[in-house]
Amino acid sequence: MADAKQSEKFYLERFGVTDRELLAAMGRVKVRDVDYADLYFEHTVDESISMEESLVKRASKSISQGVGVRATAGEKTGYAYSDEITLRQLEQAADTARYIARSPARAGSVPAIRVGKPAQDLYPVAVPATEVATPEKVALLERIDRVARAYDPRIKNVMASFATEYKVVLITNAEGELVGDVQPLSRLQVTCIAEESGQRQVGSFGGGGRGEFSFFLEDNRWERYAKEAARQAVLNLKAVDAPAGPMMVVLGSGWPGILLHEAIGHGLEADFNRKKTSAFTDRVGQVVASKLCTIVDDGTLPFRRGSLNVDDEGTPTSRTVLIEKGILKGYMTDKLNARLMGIPLTGNGRRESFQCIPMPRMTNTFMLPGESSPEEIIRSVKRGLYAVYFGGGQVDITNGKFVFSASEAYLIEDGKVTTPVKGATLIGSGPEILKKVSLVGHDLGLDEGIGTCGKDGQSVPVGVGLPTIRVDEITVGGTGA
Amino acid sequence: MTSVRIDQNLASELLARSKRKGATGADIVAVEGGSASVQVRLSAVDKLSKAREKRLGLRVYFGRRSAGASTSDLSPASLDELVETTCALAQAVVEDPYAGLPDPAALAKEWPNLDLYDSETVPMDRMIELATRTEKAALAVDPRLSNSEGAEFSTFEGRTAFANSHGFYGDYQGSSFSCAVAPIAVQDGLMQRDYWYTVGRKLNRLDSPEAVGQEAGRRTVRRLGARKITTCRVPVVFEPEIAGSFLGNLCSAVNGYSIYKGASYLVGRLGERIAPDTVTVYDDGLMPGGLGSKPFDGEGLPTRKTAIVEQGILKNYLLDTYAARKLGLASTGNAARSVGEASSVGATNLYLAPGLATPEAIIRSVTRGLYVTELIGFGVNMVTGDYSRGAVGFWIENGELAYPVEEITIAGNLRDMWMGVEAIGNDLVFRGRIASPTVKIAEMTVAGE
Repeated sequence: MADAKQSEKFYLERFGVTDRELLAAMGRVKVRDVDYADLYFEHTVDESISMEESLVKRASKSISQGVGVRATAGEKTGYAYSDEITLRQLEQAADTARYIARSPARAGSVPAIRVGKPAQDLYPVAVPATEVATPEKVALLERIDRVARAYDPRIKNVMASFATEYKVVLITNAEGELVGDVQPLSRLQVTCIAEESGQRQVGSFGGGGRGEFSFFLEDNRWERYAKEAARQAVLNLKAVDAPAGPMMVVLGSGWPGILLHEAIGHGLEADFNRKKTSAFTDRVGQVVASKLCTIVDDGTLPFRRGSLNVDDEGTPTSRTVLIEKGILKGYMTDKLNARLMGIPLTGNGRRESFQCIPMPRMTNTFMLPGESSPEEIIRSVKRGLYAVYFGGGQVDITNGKFVFSASEAYLIEDGKVTTPVKGATLIGSGPEILKKVSLVGHDLGLDEGIGTCGKDGQSVPVGVGLPTIRVDEITVGGTGA
Repeated sequence: MTSVRIDQNLASELLARSKRKGATGADIVAVEGGSASVQVRLSAVDKLSKAREKRLGLRVYFGRRSAGASTSDLSPASLDELVETTCALAQAVVEDPYAGLPDPAALAKEWPNLDLYDSETVPMDRMIELATRTEKAALAVDPRLSNSEGAEFSTFEGRTAFANSHGFYGDYQGSSFSCAVAPIAVQDGLMQRDYWYTVGRKLNRLDSPEAVGQEAGRRTVRRLGARKITTCRVPVVFEPEIAGSFLGNLCSAVNGYSIYKGASYLVGRLGERIAPDTVTVYDDGLMPGGLGSKPFDGEGLPTRKTAIVEQGILKNYLLDTYAARKLGLASTGNAARSVGEASSVGATNLYLAPGLATPEAIIRSVTRGLYVTELIGFGVNMVTGDYSRGAVGFWIENGELAYPVEEITIAGNLRDMWMGVEAIGNDLVFRGRIASPTVKIAEMTVAGE
């Protein structure tokens, strides 16, 4: 819950961190010439349980805790962190962080601490998944194994894992704000290996979010994950080589939204645009997509993997329109870049942990629905590719070229979905690809909640979404004709 | 609240406490270290950061049941909780007949000094100077290099300790220093970025800031004016960095865990030909000063030099004790143990033995083909070997690099790619834990226009 009081109590009880100490550390870091400073306290419990060969034989739990101290002066950032939460460590970290300002170590004046109001409460949980007894999780993984194996005799191995974390954060800054949040996050992942006449194939599926353990039991989600992974593995046994070269591609709803994340999302993070290293630099107001495309980044969707009550600088998350009817509207910001660029703060300042400096990152990025039905979109294609599930993607934000790799795809021939094809990487140019979106379905779907985004070595959980869309041309990297 | 010191006494104490809780075996891995980095962009300091941290992981066995836990809180109360938690978890999982500590006889008794540590410290101001020089050298290569993602200089030093209830205790120190820069070139309103770096365990073994910068500048400028090419099937030459990534795929495919799970295209291929005679691949954990070297592995077994592929024949999988037991083989001393996790397998210093041809001669041998300098994306299926990735590089025309290309993919299957290795360069340089000389592959599908 986004309640500073709860987080404050947690750190006071566990580490004896009082307001007086916060103020003392802040005074030490916020010297003259430091524009902004903050402290980020984190305590995270991670638990993971995994099964293979029908045996739940691995379990682990880890606790990480620490505090990160940051000072910014102009474009400069000084950062230090410690895994010991004590006044002495805080002071040492503050001395390192303010090194960038090259000011004498004289305590600056800082306003008294005001406890921030709970901004939003997007993921209230009565019982965190970390508190659910291990045998319940073991039993769920065993059921997954049985369901996946029963799906088809060709399923030879099932690997499933349940991972959950419970993060308590407390953020305070030199403006006197004090914000806290409790951030649960869970993920259930199933991988199946199918085998037929010496040939092996793999299928993977999973989901998750910031809810309770019961999320996976509701609507038999666990069962659907198991069957989907098994279905993909078996389907791929009869997949033919994917085509090579440019072709029309229909992307299914949901997870194929990774297209947006790679093609335009990263390029619209403010840091790259301030530094003029993004292919989207200085393009606000320009046409970067077809009129059918309206794309938002929204960190306020309840229980979603990419959602946060407040970002990792304490700013409430929001819904930011990135592209409206094809026109580029704005960038995703953190405090440093919003200030330097003189643009609105969007609540996208995120970090992997107390060991990392925050930077602009996506939350849940998706395209708003259009008017076409998915059936008519497929019917409209004479020859093309229908891609419904993907592995990872990557982008070079400077030249704008991006890739994403299909793991479940079919040929479309004369308006009908026909033969499954093997996985293939799709490559395109971010500033160009969305101009080729010629049909947008009314079936917006969000992903199941397994996405993790990497940038500068920091991983954060994110979400994506897409209605069914038709892209008139994209290069498909198969080996077939 | 005070932290306890990570040493043999602490290890013995935690192992003894686990046994009192009923554990039949246990091991501990602990790491502590300090890091610092500076990032300079357009000659101004962008980021400075500094930290010290430590972590301790405990793994316990209750007969054939096991679990692990870790913490960065080394207060006595937290360590009590750690023992408690780990023992409770272990009793919640099922029995695994292959689980357990290694045979005591297999543990390392003594180990060499592998020269992994340099006590040199680099003050912040010196780091800023080195990063600034690197970026300046990069941008000076060509006037079109007008922007930069910045240059970074970073240092790390730390200590790893490992102990188990068979009485093993060992610890060693390591360090690393690195310097990298990513300049940006602009031409006709279009931008290109590339990078170069140097990394090593000793400060005085790094390439000079000027050398790193000049190489980064050269690599970036040559990408300007890149175009797409038409879809074709042609020979493909991987420059050493890219050949290293291709070798990394082989490294994943011979990971013992992937093998016993049936999740590798090399399942059941031990002793068979997987590449031509010219291909020999070693993993060598004892290389002095190597970035992947360690005196003993994550389970306390001696590290060693293992032939993975010898003259094209698959000789060994990479194994720890668990994967070895599952496959009825012996560990190769490749247990990679991150704190708190179960043991897994990792390469130490893995390399493809160099051939005789110069990289220039390899390029000259291609009439029409592709020279690859960057790959993006994750399109490698380890189960089937299917391979499809985004690529950047140069079109080769009559043995010369003709022009830069981008927005293309290269695709094939790892099985065919390894069997199709036609030439291996003489240019092996260790720049990381996995290293390869230039490699030429007979044919792949290039998708473009």
